[in-house]
Parts: sequence; C-alpha cells; structure tokens
Amino acid sequence: MTRADRDDVPRPDARLHFGVFFQGVNHWTIWSDPASGSQIDPASFLRVARTAERGLFDAFFLGDGLRLRESGGGIHELDVAGRPDSITQLSALAAATGRIGLVSTSNTTFNEPGDLARRLAGLDLLSDGRAGWNVVTTHNAWTGENFRRGGYLDHADRYRRAEEFLAAARAVWDGWADGAVAESAAARSWSVPGAVGRVRSRGAHVDVDLAPTLPRSAQGHPVIFQAGDSGEGRDFAARHADVIFSAHGTDFDDALAFAEDVRRRLRAAGRAEDALRILPGTEIVIGATEKEAEEKARWVRHEQVTPAVALGIASRLWGIDLSDRDADGPLPTEDPVAVRDTGTFGTRWVEDPWPVVAEWRARAEANGWSLRETVIELGPQHGHVGTPAGLAEKFARFARHGAVDGFNITPYLIPDGLDDIVDLLVPELQERDVYRTAYTGTTLREHLELPPVA
Amino acid sequence: MPRPALRLAVEIDGDGAHPAAWRRAAHSPGELLSPRRLARVAAVAENAGFTLVTLEDSILPPGSGDGSGPVGRIGSVERAAFVAASTSVLGVAPVLATTYAEPFHVSSQLASLDHVSAGRAGWVVGVEEDPRAARAWGRPVVEGADALARETHDGLRVVRDLWDSWEDDAVIRSVATSRYLDRSRLHAIDFAGETYSVKGPSIVPRPPQGRPVVLARRGLVPAGLADVALVGGATPALVRETAASSGAPLAFAEIEVALDTPRETARERTADLERYAPWGERPDRLRYSGPADGLVSLLAELAGHVDGVRLHPLVLDEDLAVLSRLVLPGLFARRLAARPLPGTTLRTSLGLPRPLSRFTTDGAAVPAPEEIR
Repeated sequence: MTRADRDDVPRPDARLHFGVFFQGVNHWTIWSDPASGSQIDPASFLRVARTAERGLFDAFFLGDGLRLRESGGGIHELDVAGRPDSITQLSALAAATGRIGLVSTSNTTFNEPGDLARRLAGLDLLSDGRAGWNVVTTHNAWTGENFRRGGYLDHADRYRRAEEFLAAARAVWDGWADGAVAESAAARSWSVPGAVGRVRSRGAHVDVDLAPTLPRSAQGHPVIFQAGDSGEGRDFAARHADVIFSAHGTDFDDALAFAEDVRRRLRAAGRAEDALRILPGTEIVIGATEKEAEEKARWVRHEQVTPAVALGIASRLWGIDLSDRDADGPLPTEDPVAVRDTGTFGTRWVEDPWPVVAEWRARAEANGWSLRETVIELGPQHGHVGTPAGLAEKFARFARHGAVDGFNITPYLIPDGLDDIVDLLVPELQERDVYRTAYTGTTLREHLELPPVA
Repeated sequence: MPRPALRLAVEIDGDGAHPAAWRRAAHSPGELLSPRRLARVAAVAENAGFTLVTLEDSILPPGSGDGSGPVGRIGSVERAAFVAASTSVLGVAPVLATTYAEPFHVSSQLASLDHVSAGRAGWVVGVEEDPRAARAWGRPVVEGADALARETHDGLRVVRDLWDSWEDDAVIRSVATSRYLDRSRLHAIDFAGETYSVKGPSIVPRPPQGRPVVLARRGLVPAGLADVALVGGATPALVRETAASSGAPLAFAEIEVALDTPRETARERTADLERYAPWGERPDRLRYSGPADGLVSLLAELAGHVDGVRLHPLVLDEDLAVLSRLVLPGLFARRLAARPLPGTTLRTSLGLPRPLSRFTTDGAAVPAPEEIR
C-alpha cells in the first residue's frame, strides 16, 4: 500500500494487536488429532505463550468456567475440558515469559473484591506490569451450587455487582501512594507514614473494609477486558474496560458496525474513542494457496464438528434431544422448542431458534446438505481462511478502517496451532507496516497503546 | 527402626521470622515485592537442598499492625506458582485458609499449582482468626473456636473431595465414540455441611500427586486428613513428645533459627534487630541461636523423632546463606537429611504414597477416612 492509498482510509497508521486465547473448552479445539497435546500440562501453556511472544503478541488469554458444562443429562463429554485456575497458571507463566501480557478471566459473582484484586495485583507485580483481567459475570444458580455464596444473584444485578466490584478493586489497586515504601532500612518504618491507605467500599453488593497489601505495578492497574455482547455488556465495557473482546471479527461490515456501536457508547460514557481496544475472537486457518487453505479449513471443520458434536449443536438449537439421530441424514423435521437458558452450556449461541432453523432448512435443501454438513457450513463459527498475503491484506483493511484493533486468536490445535500464524502471517503483516516488528514497551498497557492509568 | 533421612522445609515469607528482619535484608525495602527477589530466594533454597518452601499468607497485611515492619505481601498462591516455574525440584506450599475463602477456588488453585509444578505442591492449612479478615473479605465474621474449626474442617473436606472428583483416567480421548471425557469417571462431591454445600466436580483435572501434600499444625485438622503435622515445643523433649502424637503420617518440627555469620554472632544479629521490635517466643516452636554446627547437632538429635523440620530463619538473606553453606551440606554428608531427587513429586520425596481417588472404583466409592474410623 502506498502512502497515497493510505490517505484514503481513516486510520492509515493502525497496527494490529494479537492475543492468543488458550480456550480449554468448546469444540474449536481439536483433540482427536495425533498432534493435539495436553490441555493441562504446563508445557502446553508454555509452548503457546512462548510462540505468541515470539510473534510479538500483546496477550496470552485464559478463560474461566466455574462448573463443568452439561448436556444430555450429564457432564458434556464431547469437547476438551478441565482447565487450571487462571491466575495460578498465569503466575507460573510470569516466571517463564518476559514480555507478553497475561490475561485472566475472573468472575465477579463468585469472587470477593478484596481477594481477587489482591491476586490480580500480585500477578501484575510478578510479571512487571503484564496482567489483565477479563471481567465476567454469572447469575445462574447452577454455577452457584459450587460456592458457599450460592446462586444468590438476580440476572439484573450481575452488572451492578460487577460495577461495585470493579470500583472496589480499583480502590485496592490505588491503596498505596507512589513511593509508599521506605528507601532504606535506616528509615523509621517500612512504609512511609500516611502512604498506605484503607479501602472502605460499601454498596448494595459489595461491603468491604481492608488495608491493601500491594503497591501499583509498572502499568498502574491490570488492564480491564470485557466480553459481554449484550447492550448491558457493551455499555459496561464502554464505561470501564480497556479492551472489548467480541464475536464480531469475521465479516468486515459486521465488525465495523460493532466497532461503531462501541465508539458511540464510549462517547456517551464521556470517554475518548481510542480509550478502548476492540479485539474480536477469531480462528485463523492458513494455507500456501487459497485452495490449500480451503482444504485445510474443511479438514479443521470436520475434526471440530464430529457427528456427535453436530447432533449436540443441533439439539441445543432445536431445544430437543437429537442425539439418537443420524448426523449424516437430513435435518430434523420437528419444530424447535424455546427452552429456558439454564446456563449449563456457557453463553447461548442463538436467542431465537426459529429463523435460524428456517434458514438451515432452506440452505440444506438448496445444497443437498446433511445435518452435519449444515452445522459445518452454518453453525456457530468464527474465523478467517486464506494465504498469509491474502489474510494480511484483509486484516490491514479491517485495522485501517477501524473495524478492529486486532484479534484474539483461538488456535484449533494445542500446542502448535499458533505456529503458522507467527511464522507465516506475522511477517506479511509486518511487511505491510500493520504489525510491530519489536516490542516497544514492557507492560501490557504499553503493548495495547492504552493511555496510562490516572 | 531408624527413620529415613530428615526432609527440610523453610518458610520464605517476607524477609525472615523476626518482625524487623527487613532492617538487615540485602535488598532495598521495596524490592521485597519484586519477582527477582522471590526467584532469588527460591533458587537459594532449591540449590541448598531444601525439599519444600512454605509461604505464609493472609488477606490482612503482615506484621503486628503497628506499621513499623513490612505491610506488603503478594498472595501465597501467586508466589508459589511463580516459584514453581522458577525451580525444578523444590516443593512449594502456600498457606491458605478456608475460613472465608471459597473452598472451590482453594481446591482449583492448589490443583493448578500441582499441575504447574508437575507434582510439587503442598498446602499449609491456615485459619483466619482475626475478625478484621471478615471485613476484608466482605463476609460474615466466623467467631469462636468451634466455628473456626468447623470452617477449617469443612473446607479441607471439600478441597480433598474436589481433588478426587476427577478420576485419574477421566480424559479418554475416544475418537471412536467422539468422547473426550468419560463422565462416569467424574463425580459430584455433594458436600453438605452446616453452613454451606458444594456440588462439584472440580473444573481442574486430578492433580499429578492425586492430592497435593497437606500440612497442618498438630491438632488443627482431624486425624487422617493431613499428611504432615507441624509440631513444636520450647525444648527438644517437648518436640519429641508432640511428634509422637502428631495424628498424621509425618511430623515436621517447627524451628526458628538465628545463626552465626562470618561477621557477627547470632546473638549480635538478634540484638541488633531487638532495638526495633521484640522477637516474641512462641510455645509451639523450638528456637536455636548459635553456630551452624550446633544446629547440625540439634537436627541430628531430632532426626530419630521427627520426619523433617521446617526452619524459620531470623533473616532470610543472612541465615539462608549460612544454612546453604554450613548446615545442609553437613547434614547431607552424614546422611542425616536428604535432598529431593530430580523428577520426583513432593509426595515421593516425603515417602508418601499417591492416593487413589476416593471415588475410584468399579462402582462403589471408597469411604472418606473419617468414616472409616
């Protein structure tokens, strides 16, 4: 792209920010392939984090789920499962990596702010300012059955508690003045008198009184991520988050519409448009030619959507148990049933099944697809397929038009699934001047080009 | 029958056991909270031949509360995970209390620590006795010995059962049946206590050791639920006595140590710190102050009566160096103590068997130990 071409786009100097999402749930992670490694061995996490760091990624991202998913009347067996506590795993990675950000998904409903803020601050100090927190909320009583707190929160209250929780966490992180610790052992006391404060935070959902035990890190506070896609979730992000993690990163127009919506909400919240990074989750399949990439993508989809997985996805869409059907046969003839979302399978993929089922029927009939083929073609998916050069062109356009600030990439294979992206795609992006060629900062906040914490 | 060689643990919280230890630390005061300092202490402990480091903790600031000593501390699990990734044979045991914490989280954190350390995790069971901790947690206060004991016991049971809730072979990766897991090898724990209940199973696969090693002050938890009892007494005779009735497979003696350094005697070093704050004697700990060879002799004397010791050095930066150069080599040379072997779990180092999940079977669950008695 020449300088003149760049002047035609709103953000000619945009640089993409990449994160890697070691997901540990969902059918996106292929476990049937011989190259698929352990989902819990620390070597898998280290391999992915170091590959991402070699590729100059901003962040390594871990999810969280506080109860094993269920389907068909018991624990869901078809997908990878069994994850480490994220802050514990990331604290280990802090010792074994040097630059990459370390983002923990942690729940505000089933944690307490004094404790969680302290754990995140500890990770932030141990990593010299590389910690992030993806703030998630839960309201369902089913998850609450694992906690002494229990399922006590109404749906409407979950963001209210999250707001109070986050305010309390920030107060904890700001509890020590800069230079709160004595310069030398000859000082009168270890902490400078008056420099270590107390936090008293009292609201409808949070009521704590504590003396924070940690100073601010090199980046001030952990970077706040937010992933809710509802209007409430987007508003929460617009008011409080540094990064929004969305599902709008496959189609350019959809991504741009999401980004514009978020920017509108940012303005309404009185924040600058560039105060928030937009990083949709995505999967990237790379081939040397378009044809090879398509073939590889087809293989990936077939490994991900086994016949049993296809029946599971269809069962959740239809709201009825279809596990005894033939995935290679036609679509079910029954009408979908609207079922209450129990939360036992993560966030629901579609709210209203009727139009989706109607579209599936029409497309399946037109193309002669089986149920499994229909799920592969039209089911929940996210991702980009192409050659390194083709993808680099495409992503440069996304970035320069302000549709995204980058991507949070879910590898379809652990632990090697990031290799192609780092070895083949990153150089093409660098050549187009849309990706960094070296880390220029040391903290996650600096990687993301976020303003410093006040 | 002679006991196996002693296993050596050391508490590495803060700058040392003395409340004014920071005055003699080899780093600037604020450096206490840096990753470099933590990695350095862990490396010294590992190289010296310690089997285990423990990490004291509380949501409340460390120290007496008068503000003269350090009031900063990174959480024990975060430090332990960081230490685990910085070392290769050293065991790591954070202090965690279930007085206010969610046992589900405590279980996940310790199971994850066992995974990141490849089987080197322990847990020092703590109790939050200070009612200010309730305000810091934002939870109703737990008061009185009975209530504190109940929360500790219930928490320990829940944590152990969650560790057992995944059988070792629950991940089957059966391509033929499209199943990654076998749900019949995952178990709800259905704990129902007086104040709360927990469903399970865990979200973390079974720890490499089956269960991380549980250490607890003698008498804190019901017999059979701890692997190592931390025992103490003001004299070697009292230590022997308490060790004999520890209620756990292993007993470790708690010993505070102040050692002579090349430049100053232990007495001089302690006196220097006493100018700032007193080092209060604890009835549940032996205290040794003097030259390195005297400590070797004391440990030789205890070797027939305890399985290990946990040392609490006066000043980490000073006493750990003496332990490393003059005490541990003497013990190893005489085979009074043993180093952990590369590639072994903490359980193996301690001579403890790897427990089967109590839910493992071909059908019937193995009863919990307290139900056996």
